[in-house]
Amino acid sequence: MEQAEARKTLVTRAPYGRRPEGQTAELREMGKVRMQARSLSVHYGTAVGVRDVTLPIYNQQITALIGPSGCGKTTFLRALNRMHDQTRGARVTGQALLDGEDIYAPKIDPVIIRRRVGMVFQKPTPFPTMSIYDNVVAGLKLVGIRNTALLDEVVERALHQAALWDEVKDRLRNPGGSLSGGQQQRLSIARALAVEPEVLLMDEPTSSLDPQSTMRIEELMAELKTQVTIVIVTHNMQQASRISDHTAFFYVGDLVEFNPTRKMFTNPDEDRTEDYITGRFG
Amino acid sequence: MNLKRRHWRDRLMLGVLSAATLLVLIPLFIVIAYVVVQGIGALNGDFFTKELGSPARAQMGQETGLVHTILGTMVVDLLALLLAVPLGIGAGIMLSEYPDHRLNPLLRLLNDTLNGMPAILKGLLAFALIVKPMGTFSGFAGAVALAFVMLPIIARTTESALMIIPWSIREAGLALGLPRWRVVLSTIIPTARVGLITGILIAFARAAGEAAPLLFTSFGNNYLPSHWSGWLLGPVDTLPQRLYSLAISPYKQWHEMGWAAGIILLSMVIVAFVIGRLAWSGGRVAKR
Repeated sequence: MEQAEARKTLVTRAPYGRRPEGQTAELREMGKVRMQARSLSVHYGTAVGVRDVTLPIYNQQITALIGPSGCGKTTFLRALNRMHDQTRGARVTGQALLDGEDIYAPKIDPVIIRRRVGMVFQKPTPFPTMSIYDNVVAGLKLVGIRNTALLDEVVERALHQAALWDEVKDRLRNPGGSLSGGQQQRLSIARALAVEPEVLLMDEPTSSLDPQSTMRIEELMAELKTQVTIVIVTHNMQQASRISDHTAFFYVGDLVEFNPTRKMFTNPDEDRTEDYITGRFG
Repeated sequence: MNLKRRHWRDRLMLGVLSAATLLVLIPLFIVIAYVVVQGIGALNGDFFTKELGSPARAQMGQETGLVHTILGTMVVDLLALLLAVPLGIGAGIMLSEYPDHRLNPLLRLLNDTLNGMPAILKGLLAFALIVKPMGTFSGFAGAVALAFVMLPIIARTTESALMIIPWSIREAGLALGLPRWRVVLSTIIPTARVGLITGILIAFARAAGEAAPLLFTSFGNNYLPSHWSGWLLGPVDTLPQRLYSLAISPYKQWHEMGWAAGIILLSMVIVAFVIGRLAWSGGRVAKR
């Protein structure tokens, strides 16, 4: 009873408010547009990282961003939760809508956006001074949630979701840095999931992992997509074709093609996409 | 043949480097040994428990010591730390974590100026700021002067300790929807704590050895204050400044006490550095 109460506070604490119930429910239906980039460009000083991208992100599906190095896929991904705010000289123009609301509108607090749109990075980033437990609940504990029963529950849930629970359940108080690389990455994923984001951005989450860990994380994404909307940047085209529902192909800052993954990998509209996918360049 | 020559060269270089190291270390050991030899005779029970009094006490073999100096040094140095640590760490955080802030060029200029300013001018500054308005020399004024010595060192070491923390840790925190200040406070500072502690100790060691800023701030005192408030609001004795006045006095007994004061000062600084080193290596081991 007390836990249910606490969970309620957690949810009401999270900034989900301000949207009419009906609209929210409709928007959260699977396959509806959850996020939408509209003429989104990212400039670094005078250089352009991403040029005029318009792209929908469908709810509870996996959208893969592919393309050669330096094509702007990570830049685009980081624009979806206002990570560029922290990059010196970076400037974003155009719109990025989350449930129809522009996250770059002046009155929007980026901190609230990042609570709703979480991110997992290319390299595992456990907080070095924190235990495994504290790493997972960092996003909750550090905003003042102290209810131990609730935190325990969140740790177990998030670590289960990240397929790490069985490996670490007996040593939750060990430092996060004591885990192997693959485990650290799953810890980073658990930490991102613990704050219950609506959208999860993943920037090449498996690029530094061995095939076994990669497989676990891919399985994990397939399970997660019933709960969160996932956008993943990947260099690995097999990975994109294995796990994603939609694929966007970027090339030197432009969105070349966006289509359902099956179409993209069998019968792409653009020659450049086909050339890239079949390994003729890139 | 060629290989043999390379081995020989390698040995030669090692020899040169070892000799250079020795050359650096020998003067250090001579200084320490000389101070200890000259001062050890004056280190007795009275030295740690009695106040100095007039020169006559020493000359007539009456009980005399530097307890008021040792205590005074602790009071002034600790108060200086209390003043300088929050400000210095704050400035370091500002410089490292908010590099684009409008006030930062000014802050950096002030810090660099303070860093390059001769210590005696910092004493003059504290004299003008504290001693003049208060109308008296005081331990507090001495602490302010020493805080000016510590402040730029702490700010700089804090800045560089925070800068070496990978940017990805900050982004990881931000991506969880944590505000910037919370990320700094709860993830960056704990990660950099060893560097911060080292910086504080270096600043402490530097300031603890300064006599110049204390000459016209805490001024010096041959006696224990009669009331505890005297430690802060009245003239207070400190080791470097006492060492100076003992050394320039015409009394042989005081000269020996001066050397003994040197031993205490040296040990304080060495202890601070040993603690700093232990904290440093401890942190490094813990990371593995």
